[in-house]
Amino acid sequence: MKLSLGPVLFYWDKEHMGRFYSDMAGLPLDVIYLGETVCSKRRTFSLDQWLGLARELKACSPAQIVLSSLTLIEAGSELSSLRRLCDNGELLVEANDMGAVQLLIERKLPFVGGPALNLYNGHALVQLLDAGMVRWVPPVECSRGLIADVLEQVRELGRPLPEVEIFAYGHLPLAYSARCFTARAENRPKDDCQFCCINYPDGMALTSQEGQALFTLNGIQTMSADVTNLLADYSGLVSCGADLLRLSPRAEGMVEVVKAFDQVRQGGMPPLCVDGCNGYWHGQAGMLRVEEVGLC
Amino acid sequence: MQLVCPAGNLPALKAAVRQGADAVYVGFRDDTNARHFAGLNMDDKQFDGAVAFIRQHQRKLYVAVNTYPQPKIWARWQRAVDRAADHGVDALIAADPGVLDYASRHHPHMALHLSVQGSATHAAALKFYAERYGIRRAVLPRVLSLAQVKQVAASSPVPIEVFGFGSLCIMAEGRCHLSSYITGESPNLCGVCSPAKAVRWSEDAEGLSARLSEVLIDRYTPDEPAGYPTLCKGRFLVDGKRFHALEEPTSLDTLDLVPELTAIGVEAVKIEGRQRSPAYVEQVTRVWRAALDAHRSAPASFVVKDQWRQVLAGLSEGSQTTLGAYHRSWQ
Repeated sequence: MKLSLGPVLFYWDKEHMGRFYSDMAGLPLDVIYLGETVCSKRRTFSLDQWLGLARELKACSPAQIVLSSLTLIEAGSELSSLRRLCDNGELLVEANDMGAVQLLIERKLPFVGGPALNLYNGHALVQLLDAGMVRWVPPVECSRGLIADVLEQVRELGRPLPEVEIFAYGHLPLAYSARCFTARAENRPKDDCQFCCINYPDGMALTSQEGQALFTLNGIQTMSADVTNLLADYSGLVSCGADLLRLSPRAEGMVEVVKAFDQVRQGGMPPLCVDGCNGYWHGQAGMLRVEEVGLC
Repeated sequence: MQLVCPAGNLPALKAAVRQGADAVYVGFRDDTNARHFAGLNMDDKQFDGAVAFIRQHQRKLYVAVNTYPQPKIWARWQRAVDRAADHGVDALIAADPGVLDYASRHHPHMALHLSVQGSATHAAALKFYAERYGIRRAVLPRVLSLAQVKQVAASSPVPIEVFGFGSLCIMAEGRCHLSSYITGESPNLCGVCSPAKAVRWSEDAEGLSARLSEVLIDRYTPDEPAGYPTLCKGRFLVDGKRFHALEEPTSLDTLDLVPELTAIGVEAVKIEGRQRSPAYVEQVTRVWRAALDAHRSAPASFVVKDQWRQVLAGLSEGSQTTLGAYHRSWQ
């Protein structure tokens, strides 16, 4: 089982980002995804700076470096940036939009199909496998059973399976909007957002009027309030055919998270239960915590 | 600009046709479409009636098979595509690459429209569907400003359809799992958002509470109008403040943009609301037909009549309307 570090979904400043990746560089990660996937206004790094960071990481870590593309493309300038990203000439790209898929097909480049692509069945998957998709990150709402069914259907259709990467840890990216909810919460117009999401390195908490944690606001992205954590479900991840587990960065504690997942994949006992949600994995509402019977 | 109207049943379809819809879009009575609500959509008999009525009045019939099939139930989507093709519908509205591939290979003469659930917001994404499946039109998600729609329309390999009126998804369509996160059922997989079976109303000293899978979506005092608890339109707490943190209950209304949308070259304008009543369909279609005709006959002197606005406001969520993302300030 490989471990991957997903792209940073939050807006962190240069110093935070630099510190984070220097911490990560020494950890047993097999793949590191870089790049801005949420909001094109965020300017921590330009494409060239991301590529520079990739070279630095390559020099001190054996991890494969992948560039993740912006998920919701609205402006012509964003499409131009997407073109430049696909033309980077060095790194594999994670496509988070069918436009990125198209641009990569035109360049005859292999690509990772990110979690924001709507791929829910083998027929759809085959469409992208035939076009060069080498790794599939299923939509976060897919259950273990659904993923196994999709892979079975791909086999029936006579295609070799792609690598399968499951979103195993972090706030789940749930939705994308034209609007910025962080700016809205601060009563700012989006076009004068003052980059206010940089003040929330783990997003802004949204609760019900009864105080129940529901979502995390992260600019134009809405995430789960709870962190999903599939470490206690490790044996199910193996049996369903996962090749990689994606750990999605949080502002604090990621070193421990990577180490905990690494210990289990090295043969350590998975914990009987962990905090956070795993409902989607078990075919239920995403916010639920489902325990294996008798373990807790 | 073609007027495309919704119909969740045969009476709504007839109302749309009588009021001047150029095309009507429907779904089958199962989870193959994005309005999979109890009692809604067309069974075999209704669908036969719809096809006959459309032919008789020489309008277009579009069928939405626009959810994402899962492997174990793939055959149902295949059958839905075959059924639409067998009836010679004027277009199939779909989003799933597998479904589009199947339809384009098995029914090459049936026109394909990319559903809004396909989440294609720019020319490169549209090119993917145009080159591989030969789509003839694409419905744009309600996330683009007018300037962005113009840019997409100018660079798109296929004609564009946009939403003109109706309930507003605040999230990019096809890219929202909020409903499944709370209820287990999502638009992409189940054709529902905030499903009715998960709703529970209760009244106590604190007011009228609307819950979804027991999660409090909103609570109303006796003098406040209560709306359906669509989860993105509830009032929540952020940083200690209680407000519509994602979106107010409001509807999209773009009558004011008819001249601009026409000038941009938008091929069709779509009315949302297959889940709404025949009376809603009748009134919205009547207003939009009148507006499009008024603009066509005298573009220079086109003005939106107050009476049109009043009718549409009365049919809107929370009696509020917005230009949505088309207006730059909203983005």
